Amino acid sequence: MSELLKVPTMAEFMEQGKQPEVLFWVGCAGSFDDRAKKITKAFVKLLNKAGVEFAVLGTEESCTGDPAKRAGNEFLFQMQAVTNIEILNAYEVKKIVTACPHCFNTIKNEYPSLGGNYEVMHHTQFLKTLLNEGRLTVEGGKFKGKRITFHDPCYLGRANDVYEAPRDLIQKLEAELVEMKNCKRNGLCCGAGGAQMFKEAEKGDKEVNVERTEQALEVKPEIVAAGCPFCNTMITDGVKSKEKESEVAIMDIAELIANAQDL
Amino acid sequence: MQYLPNILFLVLLVLGIGYFTRNVKKLIRNIKLGHKIDVSDNKSERFKNMALIAFGQSKMVRRPVAGILHFIVYVGFIVINIEVLEIIIDGIFGTHRIFSPIGSVYNILIGTFEILALLVFVSVVIFWIRRNIIKLQRFWKTEMTSWPKNDANFILYFEMVLMTLFLIMNATDVHFQAMNSGNVVSQYIAPWFSELSENTLHIIERTAWWLHIAGILVFLNYLYFSKHLHILLAFPNTYFGKLRPKGELNNLEAVTKEVKMMMDPNVDPFAEPAEDSDEEIPAKFGASDVTDLNRIQLLNAYTCTECGRCTSECPANQTGKKLSPRKIMMDTRDRLEEVGKNIDANSGEFKDDGKQLLGHYITNEEIWACTTCNACTEACPVSIDPLSIILEMRRYLVMEQSAAPMELNNMMTNIENNGAPWPYNQMDRLNWKNE
Repeated sequence: MSELLKVPTMAEFMEQGKQPEVLFWVGCAGSFDDRAKKITKAFVKLLNKAGVEFAVLGTEESCTGDPAKRAGNEFLFQMQAVTNIEILNAYEVKKIVTACPHCFNTIKNEYPSLGGNYEVMHHTQFLKTLLNEGRLTVEGGKFKGKRITFHDPCYLGRANDVYEAPRDLIQKLEAELVEMKNCKRNGLCCGAGGAQMFKEAEKGDKEVNVERTEQALEVKPEIVAAGCPFCNTMITDGVKSKEKESEVAIMDIAELIANAQDL
Repeated sequence: MQYLPNILFLVLLVLGIGYFTRNVKKLIRNIKLGHKIDVSDNKSERFKNMALIAFGQSKMVRRPVAGILHFIVYVGFIVINIEVLEIIIDGIFGTHRIFSPIGSVYNILIGTFEILALLVFVSVVIFWIRRNIIKLQRFWKTEMTSWPKNDANFILYFEMVLMTLFLIMNATDVHFQAMNSGNVVSQYIAPWFSELSENTLHIIERTAWWLHIAGILVFLNYLYFSKHLHILLAFPNTYFGKLRPKGELNNLEAVTKEVKMMMDPNVDPFAEPAEDSDEEIPAKFGASDVTDLNRIQLLNAYTCTECGRCTSECPANQTGKKLSPRKIMMDTRDRLEEVGKNIDANSGEFKDDGKQLLGHYITNEEIWACTTCNACTEACPVSIDPLSIILEMRRYLVMEQSAAPMELNNMMTNIENNGAPWPYNQMDRLNWKNE
């Protein structure tokens, strides 16, 4: 399967004197985390299927600086940002899509004042556009009638008011979309944001991801859909801690759509 | 001697408004201890936010029970205050119900006031029950120590008493009751006093009238010491509220300059700064005390009415961590007041008291528990941003003190060395393609 993936780099496009339609910003999780790599590949399969001329930065990509900034290290953040912006601007990148809401938020909102101005889309928004333009079609397939609940990533939802794109995609699968008691602008964090992913939580009486997982399990879903590699990890751990991993799957929206088509 | 009441009233009025003005000046002085911040942009959007969020209470009603009750009290407060205008004119000129000659309109107005007064009274009683009998969790969190709890109850008692006085004043006003128009509520209270002589009624009416206006002036002056300041500050606070997406955290300009300099090979790092450069070198990165925060953040602190919606939505707080966004705001205000008093006591000059906001009020443990999820800013009915204060304190801890938790230092070292928060080689970034 994997040899079928077409993943050109910006450098390769440049060599041919061409510009891709969009730059796919893979992100650190999407590049290195075993679970998130599957999401990356699922999204690439969809891009390939839709015939989207995209490119990645590959080894020229570096952390956006999001966790450093949120940990308080503004120096490191801006060093990362300025370096990334130099590369993006050198390639004359106009449009960026990413499957990570943290990269999405940082590039979209925090890069412009440092000289990086791009049209930035979350992959769920991009996939929705592909469907609307008829470049990608999706039918219910194996997810028809399945009970799916969507966990709003803070950096997609509250941070940037994107609530509908992921839900529209789930509905396209003809699945039964069920909402948790805290959803959309009231969505409960998975516990990973603000650099928490990289440290132990402070002393408390519960882990945030367990609290969120309990909310998800309350609505008895077959699948918890996520739109963020970090949320994905946190909810997966939560479901494991509840020993429900055989009953409930945690899948990214890109994986749902790719799987529905047996890609 | 016949002008004695007029003079007394005027003195009361001048004292009440004078002391309030003095405290408002102090409040402005304290807010100005913060950094300047440019909020002169997007005036129309700002007015719209103020109209919707503060005037229109759009975020209050997201919790319908508290929202509707609050709406009643809010409307009651604004509308009944029209009556205060009449009271002030009557008080100064010794008139009685100076507006009553306008006839039916007057009666409709007073009738509305009376209905609102009753509704406000009932709402306030329900508020009191929610706090003290039902004991809603958010009113009993650890930061709700004795003063915050008492403050909240005092406000409710104040409102109950003021509304009662207003209705009694109308009920015992023989002429007003005789007109039998506009006394929608007070006509049912009047019979309680029916045994009394006209003279006694007049004494009760006058007493209620005086206590009512005196109560209003006392309440006005209570504001500065109370969480109730929100009734005024909610308006500027929502006007100055954040307009950018919630996920966008500000880029520190001072850092940008240094980073650009570091990245620019043509810059001589040992060069003397240009003589005409008026660039301010910041004393420190981030914030450890209130004077490191900006003026909007300090206005936020005075605006907070400690409703606790932020804390009840906070994932860290919900899972038993020490962080409470409300406490961040309460601490900021307490420290700012302390700094203000220090300045007053030392003839206009702050004398180091060996204390800071971070450390003496807010602990590192609280600061590091935040997931930056913005649940608090979304929940706040008056556009307060506790997250921005938390971030400034993290900046101070990391950039001034190198005091990040060890795991975060590892994460940052990884980003610095290999461009990812984990120890993977940047050259392996595309390996997933072939796996």
